[in-house]
This record gives sequence, C-alpha cells and structure tokens, in this order.
Amino acid sequence: MRDCFVADTPRNDIMKYQPIKFALPKGRFLTSTARLLNELDLGFADYNEKTRQYRLDSTRFPYLSAKVLQEKDIPVQVAIGNYDLGICGLDWIQELQTKYPASALVKVSSLDYGEGTIYVAASSETGISRLSELPRQGDYRIVSEYSNLAESLALNLRIRRFKIFPVWGAAEVYPPENADIAILWQKNESDLKAQGLVSLAELLPVTAYLIGNRKSLESKDLSQILERLSTRFVATLSSCPIYWAFPPDKSGNYYEQPLKSALKQVQGYWQIKEIKLALPDGHQQEPTSQFLEQTGLNFQGYSGEVKTRRPVSDLDWLGIKMIRPQDMPLQVANGNFDLAITGKDWLLEHLYRFPSSPVKELLDLGFGKVKIVVAISQDIPVNNIAELRALVQSGKLTPIRVASEYINVADKYLRDSHINPYKLIPTWGASEAFLPEDADLLIDNTQTGRTLAEHRLKIIEVLFQSTACLIGNKNSIDLPSKREKIELLVQKFQSHISPLP
Amino acid sequence: MRTPTIEYLHLFTATGTLIPSMLGRAYSFLDWDGWSGERVVLKPDGTIPLARLYIDNLSEQKIARFFYITNIFAFEETGRENRERWQCGAEFLGGGGFVADVEAILLAQDVLRKLGIKDIELQLSHAGLIKALIRELKLGPDEESKVTNRILEGDWRALAEAKTTNAELSGVLSQIVSLKGKSSNFLQNLGALFQHASPNFKLALGDFMNIAALLESLDYSYEIDITAMHGFEYYTGVCFEILSGGEKIAGGGRYDDLIPLMGGENIPSCGFALYVDPIMKLLPLENRGEVEILVKGEELTTEVARTCFTLAQSLRDAGHATELALNLFQGSEQERNGYRWVISVSAKKPFILKDCKQRQQRSVTSLAEVLDAIGTK
Repeated sequence: MRDCFVADTPRNDIMKYQPIKFALPKGRFLTSTARLLNELDLGFADYNEKTRQYRLDSTRFPYLSAKVLQEKDIPVQVAIGNYDLGICGLDWIQELQTKYPASALVKVSSLDYGEGTIYVAASSETGISRLSELPRQGDYRIVSEYSNLAESLALNLRIRRFKIFPVWGAAEVYPPENADIAILWQKNESDLKAQGLVSLAELLPVTAYLIGNRKSLESKDLSQILERLSTRFVATLSSCPIYWAFPPDKSGNYYEQPLKSALKQVQGYWQIKEIKLALPDGHQQEPTSQFLEQTGLNFQGYSGEVKTRRPVSDLDWLGIKMIRPQDMPLQVANGNFDLAITGKDWLLEHLYRFPSSPVKELLDLGFGKVKIVVAISQDIPVNNIAELRALVQSGKLTPIRVASEYINVADKYLRDSHINPYKLIPTWGASEAFLPEDADLLIDNTQTGRTLAEHRLKIIEVLFQSTACLIGNKNSIDLPSKREKIELLVQKFQSHISPLP
Repeated sequence: MRTPTIEYLHLFTATGTLIPSMLGRAYSFLDWDGWSGERVVLKPDGTIPLARLYIDNLSEQKIARFFYITNIFAFEETGRENRERWQCGAEFLGGGGFVADVEAILLAQDVLRKLGIKDIELQLSHAGLIKALIRELKLGPDEESKVTNRILEGDWRALAEAKTTNAELSGVLSQIVSLKGKSSNFLQNLGALFQHASPNFKLALGDFMNIAALLESLDYSYEIDITAMHGFEYYTGVCFEILSGGEKIAGGGRYDDLIPLMGGENIPSCGFALYVDPIMKLLPLENRGEVEILVKGEELTTEVARTCFTLAQSLRDAGHATELALNLFQGSEQERNGYRWVISVSAKKPFILKDCKQRQQRSVTSLAEVLDAIGTK
C-alpha cells in the first residue's frame, strides 16, 4: 500500500498515470454495474441501458477509458491484457479458469451485487433430486453454455461416459429429451422449476466480480480506481473443486459403485412426435413467426402474446422447441431435431467445421436477409482483400487480429485468401466493438451496414448473403416413416415463400 | 506395442482410472463427427490404450508381457514445460502376486542400470494399503472422498486435517507417512500400530511385506515411502518410483482392476514406465547413441572419396556408427561435434587414426589395424 496517497489532489493525471482500460459488461449486470460506477463517481455517465456506444471515456479520470463488451468476452480480454480491469459474473471467470488456470486473470474481489446461480439441473421428470443419485454407468448428454465447466464437472464426478453439447443459449429447453443434464444460469430455483427442471446441485453463486490483468496489477498504478472499487468488495467463500458427489466405496475405490438403476426414461409427449422441429428465438423469432402465420400453420406459443420454449402445433405429429439459431445445425446433425429454421450463415459455419455432417439446406425461406462481410477500420488504407494481403505481408499488420462470431467461416476465408499470419478472436456477437483496439478486421453480419459505418468501419468484401432457411438431417429425410411428413411441411413452406425482391 | 496417438476421451473416463486433474489437462477436441458430442484426446497415458488393445485383440493370451515406447501429451499449466513427453513402458498382463511385482521392479532397475544410470533409488508404496488406511479413519462419505482426492493429488496434509472421530489414529497416521522405512521391519511396526485394522489392511500389508522381503533377499535396496504414490487411481497394490539424483525417472505398480474395469477378463496386471526425457539427461555420453567415428577425407578426389566410403562401410559392418566428412571445411566443422575416433584419409597411405579421448594419434595401414585399435562390437 502507498502510504502518502491523496486521492483527489488536483494535478495533471495524464502526466502521472498510464492509461487504464476497463471492460464493462452488457446484459444482465449492466444496470447494477452502471449504478455502482455512478455511486463511486468514476465518470461513466454514458454507461447505461440506452447507450449504443461501446467506447467510453471517464469524465472523472482522464486516463481511464472503458469498453462495453459481452460478459463472456470480458475474462478473456482481461486475461490477454487488452484491458487492465473488468467486471463480470463469476460464472464466466470460472469457465475460463477451469480450463486455463495459469492465465493472467486475477480475481480481485467479489462485488456487493450479483444475480442467480449456476445450477446443475435435470428434468423434474427423471425422478432424481441430487447429483449423488445420478447413476454413473449411463452415457450422459450434458448441455451447457459453459462447456469447460461441464467437462470439468463430468470428469470430477467420474462420469464414465459423457457427451457435451455446447450451446449459445436456451440450455433449459433441452432436458429431458435432448440432454440429460443442463448446466445453466438461472435467477433462482423457482425459475428453474418453471422450466420443468430440478436442481441437482448449485455449482456457484453468480456474483459480479472485479477482475484484473496480472501484469497490470503488478506494474501499473491502478490505485485511484481500485481504492474506489474496494469500498464495495465483499468476502466470498473460496470456490473449491467439485468433489462432493461420489464417495468411494468400502474398499476405497471410486469405480466400484453399486449399480444404481439407470435414469428413468421419460416417455413424454416428445417421444411420440414423429417429426421434431427447432424454431429460432431472438432476432429471428419475429420474422419466422410472421412467415409461419402466412403458411396457415398454427404454432401456439411461438407467435402471439404468450411465448413458450415448447410451442404446440395443430399437426399432432410435430414436436417443437425454440432454441438458438446458432445451435441448430449441430442439434439437427446429432439427431435431436429433424428440421430447423436457422440462417444460412450458421449452416455454413457448421458445414465448414464438419464437412461430412448430415445436415443440408432443404429450402431457402427468403426472409431475414443479412450480408456476411469483411470490414476494417476506415483509417487503414486498404480497399480490398488483395491490398490487405499486401499490408499483412509487409509486416505492418502482423499477425492480423480477426474478430468474428463465425470462427469457421472466418478461418476458411482467411486461409483461402492467403492472409497469413492471423489470429482469430471468437466473439459472442457485436464484433465491431473490438475494432480498432482489440482487433484489426471483423467478419460479421450486417443488415444495412449502418452500424459498421457508425463505428468508422468500411466493408472490403461481402462473403455471402444469408437468409433464413429450413435445414434437415439427410438421414431422417430418407426414412420412409418421416419422408412424407417432411415433404408436406416443405411444400407448405415453399408455397408461401415471397419471391426475392 | 504401438497404440494410436488420438483416442476417445471415454476410453480414459470409462474406467475411472485417471484422476480428474490429469484428465482436465488432456488435450481434448472434437473429431470429424463433432456434432455427436464425443471428444477425442491426444493420448494422456500409455497403459490404458495398451490395455484396450490387449482386450480387443490379444486377450486369448492369458499371460502376456508387452513393452511400448510412446509419447504422451498434457497441458503444462505454466506453458513453459514440454507438453509432449516420452515413455518407455512394460506391462505384465496376467502377472499376479508379489513375485510378478518384483519381476517388474527388477526389470525396470536392470534396464536403467544397463543404460549406465548411476545412483538409482527405489521407493515403494502400496495403493491397497493406503486405501485401507483411509478407511480406518472412518470418515463420512463426503469427507473420505475429499481426503482421497487430495491424496491422489499428492497432498498428504489431508490425512492430518481429516475431520475424523478417530483423531488418535489420524495423528499416528500422519506421523507414519512422514517416515521412510528402510527394511521390512518398518512394515512389521506398521502392523503392530494398527493391530485392530480391517482384514483388507492386513492383506495389503502382508503383500507389501512379501515384496519387501524378496527384494531384501535379492540384495536390492529400497526405501518405503508411503507418499511415493500419486496421480493414478488405477493402482491396487504395490507402487514404486525410481529416482536418480532426486529426479523421478520411472514409476509403476500393480493395477489388478484395470482390465476387468475396461470390460476384459478378470486378470491381474502390473507394469511400469521409464520417463525418457529425464533419463536422456542422465545418460552417459557413450550410451546416447551418438556417432563415435568420423572418417575424414583430406583431399577431395575420387580416389580419396572411394577409400572413405569403403572404410566407413567396413566400420559400419563391424557395428560402429560412422559419419563421413569429404572436404576439409566439412571435416573441421564436424570434428567439433565430438567423436571418439577420427580417421583422416589422404591419397598417400597410411591413415591417421586419432583417439580423441586419449588425445593420441598414430598411423594405421589397414582396416584390420583400425579395428584392432578401436575394437569390434
């Protein structure tokens, strides 16, 4: 500690302090974090629900700036040193640290707010209520946004065989039919119950955390900021590894567990549905719902006032779930769904990674048009990919850092265009926030290009146009029992596709 | 035996054989059918793939002795160490009883001795005994699980810190594990301290004593260090580590449950692995397989080159690793690499044979004379 420190001495702070970069969360902790920063008078008045800005300068401390990022991106960005400090939920910190314990991320302290818990949950229909009741002989399907936590849990529980389905969201809708266990964030147990799930264990409480980059904490003067934030530090229980579930047997062996009965097979409505269809949530929900209305098919709970993750159709053989469009190709490939309405972008993203996947496009639905573009800061003097290649080769932008939601699309494009060397920064959307400080190039979707222009970016190439499409699993389309019904749906959809303008 | 570098993750989780922290450090990724959710890993261990290969293809042999040389992979948490390491292992499938354990221990030591490694220390422990000792603490299931996990990770303070109703025993136990037994008397003493222990404990102790006594009668020295075992869940009996200059260079033990757990027949097994990377650093120069003879042409003429080739070939036929240097620059560059012998060939016979160790040189006129000087292999 510095002993002769006066926090508010007026002086030329810029002379004294190196610039400090702070990563602030979007989403669930935005409001509470904004309130905190406001109460601590850090000078980020523009950081609020309405802001469309990503980049903020403190009006209180001239050397302090902030960027608003997706919460999941914050631990990675702080660990790699793009930001000195950050605030995000404990769940995303643990997700990084579980896999990379030696990263330069320091968990400085828990802050005095937070929301929800990471639960290990199963469907309430499976008949178990504790993790220790889970028979280990099964082959478990684990669905989670937190794939590292999921793998670590499965290993620590010594589950003999498991499959992990990493998803972008909506993990709650997968059990029991499409997954046995979900590891997910929920506000409380009653929310969990409302989804038909039961908590087997609470993995960790999600409090907001102040994190820092080790190097910055070791060598930069962050004291003025830390001093203010420290007034809101609270003690937390140290989070320990997950050991509690399976005690060893009498002779001290872990694997000689008495055989417990397997998980109860759930014979719900889902099994009797012959065709399983996934419909998109999020931005794609509205246009998809409009399209479905035109077809005359009634999807109760998808269109209209009351939304549910399990809409019901008049067609009694059709089972429907609402999931993230990003997750659909994989979920169709693994047979959890026969059909799905997603974007061509996500289909290609999947096919580039898994060329032998059984997923194919059945029908271009024409709506939800976006362009997948390559964009770069207006300050960089290149106008096309050839000029960019020359610039990278000249060593001026080496390695070029590429931010993208579509890592496989980006990877293929960069390889095919002989851009080398490059670093790929996976993002969770809004890649434009990364440029120009934390990435040089972005590969992302845009509708009008307006957002890109607002962030002083220019498009140097359009990779392809993406529209909503119906995708299916080749193997199930070929099954005689399914073919007729799939064809019926395809025809219904086809007759209502508006001709492309 | 050669097993694949890429294996399914479930091969290693299915048996409950590697501790979670080891599995957590395995390089796991998606295969071509990644949508299935299955993961594959770069082989993190040599024994389990070998056991799989045995069960799938060779299980009609009830007694089988295998060896392998393989690379294994693990994340290094620091990012500074090697993520790929080499192991040379031997497994004795179907080998039951303490005699098989001793056979494995002697084989490991003999190999190391033949390699010329000095100051070999053998440390013995016993997984069955440790498991039985933990049971003696009569912990609740959760606490027992925690203690066992910490011990598997090498954290023996867990014994002293265990929340047990049998605090006396836990005290004695944490003292005992800090002792290093030098003879089977140590095990006798251990038996006396835990007279009322379970039959499992007594069985394990008896097995351990047999091994120690046999080693003693064979004049092999050892140290009993209960803590010399960690990292593997699959050991059931004796475990051993071999050190040289304080560095672990081999480890092994008995794993009777492995084959049955992986779906094979109920056959006992034991084995060990030599850790190639630290061993390489300890190897005496002449055993590193480096080239011992350089045949150097003093002039670049067809005649000299022909003589050099013929001479080198004859030396190789006689079992000597030989390199050639056919011009003066190459010759003086290569000589710096350090050879045991250098033979200079010029148009005028005789050759000059330089003994780099004794720092002497002399003229020789024939191959027979060269071989006479350096010996045949």
